[in-house]
Amino acid sequence: MPIFSNSELQEIAELQTRYPKPMATLLPVLWRLQEKRGWLDDEAMEEAAAVCDVSKSHVQGVVSFYTMFFDKPMGKYHVQVCTNVSCMLRGGEKLLDEMKNKLGIQNLEHTADGMFSIEETECMGACGGAPMMAVNETFFEMVASTEANDVIDHIKAKGEIPKPKFVQQMPELTEAANR
Amino acid sequence: MAENPKIVLPDIPNLRNIDTYVANGGYGEAMRKAYSMSPVAVTDEVKKSGLRGRGGAAFPTGLKWSFMPKTNDKKKYFLINGDESEPGSFKDRQIFEFNPHQMIEGILIGCYAMQIDHAYIYIRGEYAHWVRMVERAVGEAYAKGFIGPRMKDTFKPSGEGVAFSTELTVHKGAGAYIVGEETAMMDSLEGKRGYPRFKPPFPANFGLWGQPTTINNIETVANVPAIMKMGGEAFSKIGDAKHPGTILFGVSGHVNRPGVYELPSGTLLLDIINKHAGGVPNGKKIKMVIPGGSSMPPMRGDQLEGVMMDAEHLKAAGSAIGTAGIMVMDEDTDIIKVLTRIAKFYWHESCGQCTPCREGTGWLLKLLRRFEASQAMEGDIDLLYDVAKNIEGRTICALGEAAAWPVYFTIERFREDFEKRVKPGLKIESPNRVHALRRGGLEPVQLTVPVVVRV
Repeated sequence: MPIFSNSELQEIAELQTRYPKPMATLLPVLWRLQEKRGWLDDEAMEEAAAVCDVSKSHVQGVVSFYTMFFDKPMGKYHVQVCTNVSCMLRGGEKLLDEMKNKLGIQNLEHTADGMFSIEETECMGACGGAPMMAVNETFFEMVASTEANDVIDHIKAKGEIPKPKFVQQMPELTEAANR
Repeated sequence: MAENPKIVLPDIPNLRNIDTYVANGGYGEAMRKAYSMSPVAVTDEVKKSGLRGRGGAAFPTGLKWSFMPKTNDKKKYFLINGDESEPGSFKDRQIFEFNPHQMIEGILIGCYAMQIDHAYIYIRGEYAHWVRMVERAVGEAYAKGFIGPRMKDTFKPSGEGVAFSTELTVHKGAGAYIVGEETAMMDSLEGKRGYPRFKPPFPANFGLWGQPTTINNIETVANVPAIMKMGGEAFSKIGDAKHPGTILFGVSGHVNRPGVYELPSGTLLLDIINKHAGGVPNGKKIKMVIPGGSSMPPMRGDQLEGVMMDAEHLKAAGSAIGTAGIMVMDEDTDIIKVLTRIAKFYWHESCGQCTPCREGTGWLLKLLRRFEASQAMEGDIDLLYDVAKNIEGRTICALGEAAAWPVYFTIERFREDFEKRVKPGLKIESPNRVHALRRGGLEPVQLTVPVVVRV
């Protein structure tokens, strides 16, 4: 059963005109598949192989190389907590443990209802906002344990990711705002 | 010139909006100047500016551009590196968020100088939010005719200039530190696992899809429009003479005001920490600073006096500028724990092509976990040092050095911290040190931490 609709295939074909070889769109194609299905199962990988004109084994190799592609089901809300140096210095590990306890799952596991999964990530490029956690694509920086807990509760109650309290600003503007 | 010139991140609210950017001189003077010069002259102007790459190696940008073949018989590519995965660096994100059009303009000027008709911006997958921001900015620039076939009408060449147009594509990664290495990035963009390639051939001869390719960091290209506007000579007078311009310093860790600060190169490291980033909380002393992202040699708190933040001075001081991500650790920090975390990162991110790195990073981690648990054996300090030294220089790409440097420089500079973690009398009688390492922790000592490392 094809996964992509005709219009989606059309979009991908258009994207492929921007690269000399269709293989180059493998990452974008896998992103689309993961967005549709939550993770990359056999069928998805077969579809990617067909669309990008590569072998399925090549697709499997690529999926296993990149940490953001999931080869097993993950939660609808993927909680990522950084524990690399900058975050570790400001309490990233404690935050990770707290989130694990709150959700009752271990690293790279998902809750029974498929709502949440958790991952101890490497540096996500938010060192200035350490400690940080991300839910799917939303970054929560300078995140205190109360806010982190609130984020999970908010998602559980409302089914959507709340707006982060901390907004990255240019330091000069922040100083001006402080005055 | 103002005391603290802001070149990459000027104090202009809402600059990410294309109209604000154009109203402030964007897609104007710099482009017109470039288009009144021959492509080679643009490269020469960048050479004159002394601009050096901001991605870690601080390679002269103009020189890099001049390596590209001048003829147009081959397809050429420009690849802009926005992978930014080095722990401690978070500067490119500020450019994506606050000044994406200056980066785009820099790319267009670079494409003109090297006569490249397609550029790719590769941004790490974790930055999905910022990928969308950049995509929107690129879309706006396309709509206004600043990129794409309509460029020929928007920017009319004059003088020595030639008619020119280029395409720009944003490509999103999927989470792999190693892809920040330029040749690995090319493989990743081609749709493969991100494995670094052996050099030579260098990308300027054999890059993306086997064609001549130049790879620049986001911050590097964002400086280019300013160089065109003020002229290479004026730019070369900002900051340190051998590494001119401003640098985006990302300060993190134990400081009161972590964040990104744009300051002239050659600014004193202690000024950045104390004046700009607000100093160490609770007036504590600094134990260790990593001045350029986690792969650079860490420095002792008492080594910092008078250290200037630019490539040459920092090298003389015993470290390297890297990505200018400054990580500050106060006197109560457990250095061994920090180092173990760094080692875990490089072990996790090693692509696995080269044996010294694939195996060595795991060995470093195993050994460091012994120190972390205060279960290190006599001789382990030297063994750790030896393993690190034997990774360095024996790998295809610089990840080997990135893993080794922090380890052996920390041993050299903080040996007493390691010695405290050695358990006296604990040793393995083996003439073969590799054998000792393999068996280490299993016999005769039972470790309290797992020695098999797998996430």
